[in-house]
Amino acid sequence: MYSLKHDVDLCRTCPTGDCLVKCQYLDVDKDTAVTEMVKIGRGEDSFVLQDCVTCYACEEYCQRGNYPFYLITEKREEKGILTSPRAITRQWINIGEPQGKFRLGEVKEKALSFGFMPEFLKWAKGRLFEDVMPSFIFGQEFFCNVVYIHFANTSIIKERLPMVLDNFRKLRVKEVIFLHDECYGAFAHLAPAYGMEVPFKPVHYFEYLYNRLTELKDLIRPLNIRAVYQRPCSSRLSPDKHRFVGEIMDLIGVDLVEREYQDHNALCCGGIYAMSFGYDLAHDVQKRNMDDMEGHGAQVCIFNCPACMGSIGTQVAKRGIRPIHMIHLCRMAIGEI
Amino acid sequence: MDHIAQSLIRIVGEARFSDRPEEAYFYSRDPGLMPPHKPDYVVIPERVGEIQEIVKIAAREKIPIVPMGAGLALTGLIIPLKGGIVIDMKHMNRVLKVNEGGRYAVVEGGTSQGALKAYLEKNHPRLRHSIPDSPATATIAANVMIHGQGRLTQQYGFNSDMVSGLEVVLASGEICRIGSCALSPDWFSKGPPMPDLTGLFLGWFGATGIITKVGVKLYPKKRLRDVEIFVTDRDDLIPEMVYELTHTEMVEDINIFAQPKPMIFKDNHHITMFFTGDTEEELEFKRKMVWHALDRFIKSKDGGFMGLPPVMKPTLLETPQRSVSRFADVKKGGGFEYSGPIIMVDRYPQCVRKIVVLAQKYDLGYSGMARIIGRSHAMMYGFAFTFNRADPDMMERTRKALHEVSEFALEAGGVFWKATVHEQKMAMDRMDPNTLGLMKMIKKNMDPDGIMNPGNWEVD
Ligand SMILES: Cc1cc2nc3c(=O)[nH]c(=O)nc-3n(C[C@H](O)[C@H](O)[C@H](O)COP(=O)(O)OP(=O)(O)OC[C@H]3O[C@@H](n4cnc5c(N)ncnc54)[C@H](O)[C@@H]3O)c2cc1C
Ligand code: SF4
Repeated sequence: MYSLKHDVDLCRTCPTGDCLVKCQYLDVDKDTAVTEMVKIGRGEDSFVLQDCVTCYACEEYCQRGNYPFYLITEKREEKGILTSPRAITRQWINIGEPQGKFRLGEVKEKALSFGFMPEFLKWAKGRLFEDVMPSFIFGQEFFCNVVYIHFANTSIIKERLPMVLDNFRKLRVKEVIFLHDECYGAFAHLAPAYGMEVPFKPVHYFEYLYNRLTELKDLIRPLNIRAVYQRPCSSRLSPDKHRFVGEIMDLIGVDLVEREYQDHNALCCGGIYAMSFGYDLAHDVQKRNMDDMEGHGAQVCIFNCPACMGSIGTQVAKRGIRPIHMIHLCRMAIGEI
Repeated sequence: MDHIAQSLIRIVGEARFSDRPEEAYFYSRDPGLMPPHKPDYVVIPERVGEIQEIVKIAAREKIPIVPMGAGLALTGLIIPLKGGIVIDMKHMNRVLKVNEGGRYAVVEGGTSQGALKAYLEKNHPRLRHSIPDSPATATIAANVMIHGQGRLTQQYGFNSDMVSGLEVVLASGEICRIGSCALSPDWFSKGPPMPDLTGLFLGWFGATGIITKVGVKLYPKKRLRDVEIFVTDRDDLIPEMVYELTHTEMVEDINIFAQPKPMIFKDNHHITMFFTGDTEEELEFKRKMVWHALDRFIKSKDGGFMGLPPVMKPTLLETPQRSVSRFADVKKGGGFEYSGPIIMVDRYPQCVRKIVVLAQKYDLGYSGMARIIGRSHAMMYGFAFTFNRADPDMMERTRKALHEVSEFALEAGGVFWKATVHEQKMAMDRMDPNTLGLMKMIKKNMDPDGIMNPGNWEVD
């Protein structure tokens, strides 16, 4: 059985307790943070197990690579502490269940992964993807299943992810470019955290887009717009790739406005909060986030995750800010849209 | 050609008459499970006077007449059980008037749901009627005749509660107006403050008269409409949840469904609720009230609002919702029938457990779906099975399952909706004998020769 590479001693000796001190939803000082994380690591009860809203951010805040959120998730599951209503968890587990309906393009050593996001089947076209397409992979059989950490359910990940890895192994791919941010997080961060061997090199699509845009530099026409970026929860599993947002914007002439809820301080789209905790938390987070976008004069809101776009895209548009996915923005910059 | 055929042709003309086997085949059946039975003649009248003449011939010749709308009630109600004349009402499809200020419409007896909807959208965009989810060709008169339910049923009751007047051709061929229109040019009430005579017709499946005009109440159509789905794995909590939702008075329609396929729906119950508003603020206010109403269930982790992907919403917001018709053909054999008893909302757990047991026992695909009637006053619980008409074994299994549903419905305190002939007999066998006596007296007086949709509500 796969077990989390967490070291309780790292927490005990932690000089900052950043994981909880920086948390946007808990009000915790350094000593409490360390005490609670040690308690959790030892399998004891902690209010954190009750109050954490599953934003994933502590995975980024912890500078010691000690996987605080994965730990919280495991311990919640062990203790039967539910984050979401059972029916919601069940629904999501059902959605991700392999059905034998996966779709493969002409898979080569290098392939694009669409996870289980059907949008990408339509979106991944044009010059940006011409060097890889039609080598693509889509379906539940290749879906990372990481979303279940929102639902305090690590066991389903431990059950399914090795099968997904096996499925990739059978394809003999050497390099997989993930268009689903969370899938990248799964193979670059979560799988190693559990000692699962990843048989290919995972590539984040931001990095891929950045490289392609650099190659296609001559085609770029600066967009000259003011934009904000909606950072998804899963991006906390790959913080090293976050910098590509700024770098891509520089390349395509987009003014990424400075705002309160960005980078470390980014706010969740609220989709999971609504399902798990109801109206008030979701509404509060979404309102603050969108007020902030609007207050900073954004013309465009760039999405990384299609699920975030589904959750607040319409509301963002009602505020006069155009919701757009990163892929579309980049295609716009090279005159394809 | 016999003399009846000649008389009928004289009334409607050759083009709108048939006694040919092709038409007889078509008009002998509906998409449900009842065995077919051929009519002798089919006519398609276009005027009230023609219907009167046809009825008079039937009375003279003592042959049955069966009024038919779109034939979508599914329970065999338009099958000419004893032959005779099928009167296909579909050509009487005009919207005769809409009173914007008084919020009602008067339509002909064969006007389809889709026609009224389209007419209102074009000419009276601030008005709507309680449209059911049957295909848009289903007729308004037939729907109120069978006490159907539509999008406004949670707010205003059965669609027949929203009738504001009737014009009926009686078994004698006379025309009779029911409601305020009996003595006023205005069709604002189906009875009150006078005796409500609509009960002599509605629910009788055409066995007491043929509706040639129907007045229906219209309601404000707000600019915006939205939908949310609350999911739970606790069937026993559904009645409480519905109680809380209806208490808000913020919701338009409430439907509940549970079905094993596709996977996203497996193992859960889904309370679909719609709400409307003229502004974003109104819509958001209602959304908040509705979500708060169910907060305690979210806190106890017994249920939550699912994240509805934007692509799903247009399908859910369609009226009528075509996905219902699509479900009707999942087995690709064009067979669909549901038994939909009207029953108390607190019986939801019993109903849903029953449908699962039956689907397993008879190896059938199913969908259990409820529509809330009034402020939780009752619900229609649809035990829906789809089947392939080319598979007699599957049809037989479905028949058996539905038969068990009928038994169950009565035991659980329910009342049949759009009862099959068999269910009508069951109901009459078990009802209060004095009520039965009253029904008998009404039927005998209104249809002394037993020519009106015979076989239905036949009290021996
Ligand atoms: C996919 C699907 C979804 C459905 N969803 C709904 C729903 O949401 N709500 C709902 O209420 N129903 C629903 N139904 C059931 C049914 O289709 C509707 O109730 C529909 O309104 C019936 O109308 P019809 O014209 O098809 O009636 P028909 O089947 O033609 O007739 C029904 C009865 O009315 C009598 N009748 C017809 N016209 C007249 C008349 N002018 N005068 C006197 N008697 C007459 C007939 O003799 C018969 O007894 C659904 C059916 C299907 C197939
Ligand atoms: S998880 Fe990381 S930040 Fe938190 S206490 Fe442990 S080592 Fe420190």
